[in-house]
Amino acid sequence: MTTVYLAIAEVKGGALRQVSFEVITAARQASGEGSTVASVLIGSDVSRFANELAAYGADHVYVVEHNDLTHYNAEAYDASLQAVIQAAQPKAIFFGHTSIGKDLAPLSAASLQAGQISDIIALETDAASGSILYTRPIYAGKAFEQRTFTSAQSVVTVRPNNFPLPSYETGRTAPVVNIAYPASTLRTFIRDVVTQAAGRVDLSEAKIVISGGRGVKSAAGFKPIEELAEVLNGAVGASRGACDAGYCDYALQIGQTGKVVTPELYIACGISGAIQHVAGMSQSRVIIAINKDPDAPIFQIADYGIVGDLFEVVPLLTAQFKQQLKSGSVD
Amino acid sequence: MNIIVLAKQTFDTEEKIVIEQGSISEDGVKFVLNPYDEYAVEQAIQLRDEHGGKVTVIAIGPERATEALRTALAMGADEAVLISDEGAALDEHAVAQILHAYVSQQIFDLILGGNFSVDNGSGQVAIRLAKLLSIPHVGSITKLVIQGGQAEIERDAEGDTEQLTAALPALFTAQQGLNEPRYPSLQGIMKAKRKPLQQLSLSDFDSIHSQPLTARVSVSTPPPRQAGKRLSGAPAEQVQQLIGLLQTEAKLFT
Repeated sequence: MTTVYLAIAEVKGGALRQVSFEVITAARQASGEGSTVASVLIGSDVSRFANELAAYGADHVYVVEHNDLTHYNAEAYDASLQAVIQAAQPKAIFFGHTSIGKDLAPLSAASLQAGQISDIIALETDAASGSILYTRPIYAGKAFEQRTFTSAQSVVTVRPNNFPLPSYETGRTAPVVNIAYPASTLRTFIRDVVTQAAGRVDLSEAKIVISGGRGVKSAAGFKPIEELAEVLNGAVGASRGACDAGYCDYALQIGQTGKVVTPELYIACGISGAIQHVAGMSQSRVIIAINKDPDAPIFQIADYGIVGDLFEVVPLLTAQFKQQLKSGSVD
Repeated sequence: MNIIVLAKQTFDTEEKIVIEQGSISEDGVKFVLNPYDEYAVEQAIQLRDEHGGKVTVIAIGPERATEALRTALAMGADEAVLISDEGAALDEHAVAQILHAYVSQQIFDLILGGNFSVDNGSGQVAIRLAKLLSIPHVGSITKLVIQGGQAEIERDAEGDTEQLTAALPALFTAQQGLNEPRYPSLQGIMKAKRKPLQQLSLSDFDSIHSQPLTARVSVSTPPPRQAGKRLSGAPAEQVQQLIGLLQTEAKLFT
């Protein structure tokens, strides 16, 4: 029997999330040749995604389907995954470092009495020892550490957008293993899910992020930033200053408290560049800073700086982009 | 209602990270109660004030972590426990095991913790603890109401809001927006000095299950980012210039 590595797939909005394929890549890198990488689909009406996972390189696809699994419920998903683990006896389990993965992985790790390395951005085999070294940011990216496992089984969560997609092979198939949902007495129930406005780009997966700081001065001050985000098909973010001042929701906060983002383009508007904010965005590929204060620390890390009033500059940018871009996407 | 709050002392988020001889330097660093744990402490105090009972805050860490516990006591928690880890390289598994050894001996209705710690940031310990205690958990909560022995919760799931009901005892981890943590008052700080702060050591616990299962191999800081071009001219000219540079230099929008 070959060694099995599980890669947890996620379905959102009627489609597989990209991270479902990225965890296949990570599992394959860790397993090396000759091991089995099996995707896991948990949900209701999810078996239809098995072929796509196979095309992206899954050797098997484990499926657990039940109405209790329509929305993520920690207990129901954990019980389902335990049943898959029983059947597959994996050496390692790879999750996305997503809302679901962050919540579910520690439950599996605790059950298995296994170590867990969270939020990895790379992995490599140590030539000397042969052990696998996992790289992950700490202090929100102010530093990086490499960790390794001393437990027999390992649990890993993988930061989205950091591992390449496996190659897609049209027509490639894989055996599907249906696992019965282990009916368990649930102590937590979902009453309702209020989804965010359709079409809004998720901050942690956005390729362009436009953020406002204290310089926006009010909730209404986010308007020009939102307009620019719409033209660029980007997501709106904020500094702690803007959130603390009540100009926007905490869900938008970028920094060591809040979210860490690594987009292709980050536009900081009216943000001074406090260390705690910079930790959450300094790994962006290109950074633009717009600030009235020429001495603002944000200019020290920006690729392009404009000293000026964001209420003047941002609408000009929006108008220019509108005019010059045929499409709003970076690709 | 007896509430246990899991706390950690972390670097202040305004601190830079300096590596000396292969490890992170703590020289002159300001330490704080992990910001996400502040939400947990605040929520626990509010629930105790509403329902009665006791708030116990527990941390695992070095001696200096007593300062973070004193902060929680000054905010209004009733008791604190520090399990001293001097010298031990624990991982999330080990910390959860030690917490489990302690917490499973206590009587509690509710356990609250932060969504993650701003240093290590893995967000594993609280959820592992819930599993070890065989109690339900809900992570990343932004609203919590306790009524008739059960909890009504709102959970932040990547921008979506999930509304849940959970039976107690249960464990919840706090997300930003749950509440507005209070600053300790002068009176609170004075009172905190007389509140019970129990100190335990790892030797008080069975060490068989608390061996770490992951280990740090190396730590490094990313190369500093260099300041780039400062544009000049009238705002409209700068914007024009910027879009040109994004296309030619940064290879964006091409």
